[in-house]
Amino acid sequence: MQIILNGEVRAVAQGLSVSALLTELGIDTRKVAVERNLEIVPKSAFETTALAEGDRLEIVHFIGGG
Amino acid sequence: MDGDQKTSADFFEVAGKRFTSRLLVGTGKYKDFIETREAIEASGAEIVTVAVRRVNISDPKQPMLMDFVDPKKYTYLPNTAGCYTAQDAVRTLRLAREAGGWNLVKLEVLGDQKTLYPDIVETIKAAESLIKDGFDVMVYTSDDPIIAKTLEKIGCCAIMPLAAPIGSGLGIQNPVNIRLIIEEAKVPVLVDAGVGTASDAAIAMELGCDGVLMNTAIAAAKDPIRMARAMKLAVEAGRLAYLAGRMPKKLYADPSSPLAGLI
Repeated sequence: MQIILNGEVRAVAQGLSVSALLTELGIDTRKVAVERNLEIVPKSAFETTALAEGDRLEIVHFIGGG
Repeated sequence: MDGDQKTSADFFEVAGKRFTSRLLVGTGKYKDFIETREAIEASGAEIVTVAVRRVNISDPKQPMLMDFVDPKKYTYLPNTAGCYTAQDAVRTLRLAREAGGWNLVKLEVLGDQKTLYPDIVETIKAAESLIKDGFDVMVYTSDDPIIAKTLEKIGCCAIMPLAAPIGSGLGIQNPVNIRLIIEEAKVPVLVDAGVGTASDAAIAMELGCDGVLMNTAIAAAKDPIRMARAMKLAVEAGRLAYLAGRMPKKLYADPSSPLAGLI
């Protein structure tokens, strides 16, 4: 299935969890926040949140800024 | 109480937390993370501002700010730089809270790209929504004393008027307004943006500000580490001068040596 990940179309496995996606991407879950269809996915729900076709996902972190 | 004791007990409090360094620094525009870390160390800052951006999916192994600037050692203050609507700012800070796990944030909603001047209508809207949602909001604003009071009334925990446009380095353009804001405020007032060099920071502190927040003045100096140290000293000097109480200005000379006993 396809999702929009940080503004780009990406093919992922059907029913993939947020946590599995982060592992697949090699992202340290402690350092990021995830938003799914404009709603925050709490870190505690990464395991149990399954992605669906067309989901819009944002994965963000802190960078240098003023 | 003598002067030294007064200084050692000197702190400002924001959202129930005490800070002894009155210099807050940004973490942007540095050559690399090593320089960022060294400049922050030299500045003595306890609070550092950070931005919230998308993770680079194609290269997630890139070094991250958190690997160089320890969030356990420094208080990360997530900002909303680049947000032009209340909605975007609130969305950004909700993500920041989830990424970091704390409520203290810096709200800035910008009006246009040329001046980066704050959009006050959107700022107020965002502040109300964030405060309702449990955030402690330090707010970037114009140097308008009435607006500053409004932001305090709706519950912002610190008011941060600009000295001059962000990144301009022009120094305090309207010291009269900054002083009026300080006189009326019951929450900390910090000058945020527009400081160019050490004397600008000292002036802000001499006016009675609780602190100064800057980024470009340090990061864009030829030697950022040295400038960070200069800013640390300037903020301390300005604070001491404010506490000491300056002499009154006079129109004419007044000799420093006694006239009695002149030969």
